[in-house]
Amino acid sequence: MADASPQEQPESSLISLQGIERTFLLGDSKVHALRNVNLQIQPGEYIAVMGPSGSGKSTLLNMIGLLDRPDDGTYLLENRDVTTLNPDELAKVRSERIGFIFQSFHLVPRLTAAANIELPLVLSGMSAGERSKRVAQALKEYGLDDRAHHRPNELSGGQRQRVAIARATILRPAVLLADEPTGNLDKATGEEVVRLLEALNAQGMTLIVVTHDQALGARARRQIRMEDGSVVSDILNQQGHA
Amino acid sequence: MRILDTFRYSAQAATGTPLRTGLLMLAMSIGVAAVVMLTALGDGARRYVVNEFSAIGSNLVIVLPGRSDTRGFNPANIITSTPRDLTVNDASSLLRLPGVMRVAPITVATTEINASGKLREAMMVGTNADFIHVRQLKMGLGRFLGKSAMGHGAAEVVLGNKIRQDIFGNESPLGKMVRVGDRRLRVVGVLAEGGHGMGMSTDELVIVPVSIAQAMLNSNTLFRILVEARSRDQLEEVKARVLKMITQRHEGEEDITVITQDAVLETFDKILGVLTMGVAGIAAISLAVAGILVMNVMLVSVTQRTAEIGLLKALGATSGAVRQLFMVEAILLSLAGALMGIALGYLGAAMLRQFYPTFPAYPPMWAVLAGFGTAMVSGLIFGVMPARRAAQMDPIQALSKR
Repeated sequence: MADASPQEQPESSLISLQGIERTFLLGDSKVHALRNVNLQIQPGEYIAVMGPSGSGKSTLLNMIGLLDRPDDGTYLLENRDVTTLNPDELAKVRSERIGFIFQSFHLVPRLTAAANIELPLVLSGMSAGERSKRVAQALKEYGLDDRAHHRPNELSGGQRQRVAIARATILRPAVLLADEPTGNLDKATGEEVVRLLEALNAQGMTLIVVTHDQALGARARRQIRMEDGSVVSDILNQQGHA
Repeated sequence: MRILDTFRYSAQAATGTPLRTGLLMLAMSIGVAAVVMLTALGDGARRYVVNEFSAIGSNLVIVLPGRSDTRGFNPANIITSTPRDLTVNDASSLLRLPGVMRVAPITVATTEINASGKLREAMMVGTNADFIHVRQLKMGLGRFLGKSAMGHGAAEVVLGNKIRQDIFGNESPLGKMVRVGDRRLRVVGVLAEGGHGMGMSTDELVIVPVSIAQAMLNSNTLFRILVEARSRDQLEEVKARVLKMITQRHEGEEDITVITQDAVLETFDKILGVLTMGVAGIAAISLAVAGILVMNVMLVSVTQRTAEIGLLKALGATSGAVRQLFMVEAILLSLAGALMGIALGYLGAAMLRQFYPTFPAYPPMWAVLAGFGTAMVSGLIFGVMPARRAAQMDPIQALSKR
């Protein structure tokens, strides 16, 4: 294990967090979810964020995914300061540059697999012809051809997560954020999903996974450990996956 | 997001919960159907009354004794009493006026009719031969009163159909003598069944020459004079001439009221129009209630779809897009409910007409449009709050909710 800090070239970073602070008010007590977080993430990295519950990993993920705003600090995404953007501009950046994968999949239950995958395209205002072409391609890539017209409750857990991944990646985002992507899956399907994510990473998509699972975390090339809202270790794992 | 996609997404969301959507549409449609049906009833009543009055005859000028303070027709004229008498001579003088085709004087009184040992009360109308044309009545048997100089009628009587049945049964009464009040009169004809007008059936009338009626009542006062103009265009001129003539005959004092059929109709039209509006207003309350129901359903929908809203935002939907989705859903629900309600209302009105064929219960177009509009507006107004709540939802909290 090499203890090389990967924060040398901030000017070409995909993501640059500097002095990020975030506190929540829970009742009348203040909770420090993030304290002075500094991170540089290069394009194509594979990062696992680990730590106990309440250590701030999910808040960090939401911050990177532009769902949350820091109270203090700067966040540069592709060298653009995104902390100053208004909500509609943030929505646009989210739509184009960021893909989310959730533990509970978050598929819309009344929509078919194909319609769920199509959702980001619909929201972005793409024409119907272009959409169906892209959806058909995604269904093929993720091996969901024969499941296209099934609703989520007719799909297995692995298939649901594949639909969710297809949905997250259909607009070719720069960053893929996965929050416990295997948390609701058994070992075999979890393995299958992780391999799918790693394959996407191999194609150049930056992958950030938040997990409790040591085995899953150990596969990542770069491991960030959080405790109490602070990054306590940030290591490059040479044995890790590409 | 494209507008067509917005509609498709919202429609899918609405049909995703068929029971709730169905019940909401039912409530909305009942509101709209109530507006449509109740106005059909009100407007039907208006048409019914207008038809009744039209049955009196269309080119009529009606002369009433006495003058009301305000100009124009006032329903009180029908029942007010007489300061100066209208006489048969007044009536005959009108015949000489240009534009006047027929003149029928009228006296009215309740009396007894007595024949073949049977006695009953009846409404007696004293008039002349022109009455049947002016009132556009039809004969069932025999003939109407004979032509004679005004004030010199023969001892004849024409019976209403009901009176004839009560007294003579199925026998022909023609040529028989009946006692009306203290006179013995010969029956010359029977009116056709079902004649009506001014809310009064002609089936229970006894029609005698005006001279006989006046002699019987020992008075020379007329109740009304009906004047028929040659055409509808001349109605106003005839009205003015009639007024001038009678005023001259009454020593220059304008102590009569002359109204046209139109004025009577207009008044009833107005009264029943207001009634219809009132009824529509009451029905519109149920629409407001349906609007509140839309709000309730949409609020439940927002709560139940919290995770979905969070997801949409994570996928790059702006707050505006989310608000639009829920607004469109509320509007679609209202639209579907309103259309269903209009269909139900027309169906109800059609059934009403089926059961009461004489009652023209057609929903007026303004009421249909107003009902539809109110439904849409209430859906729109009550959809705003839930849609805003959805749009303002914090995506992180929304996503963490299962």
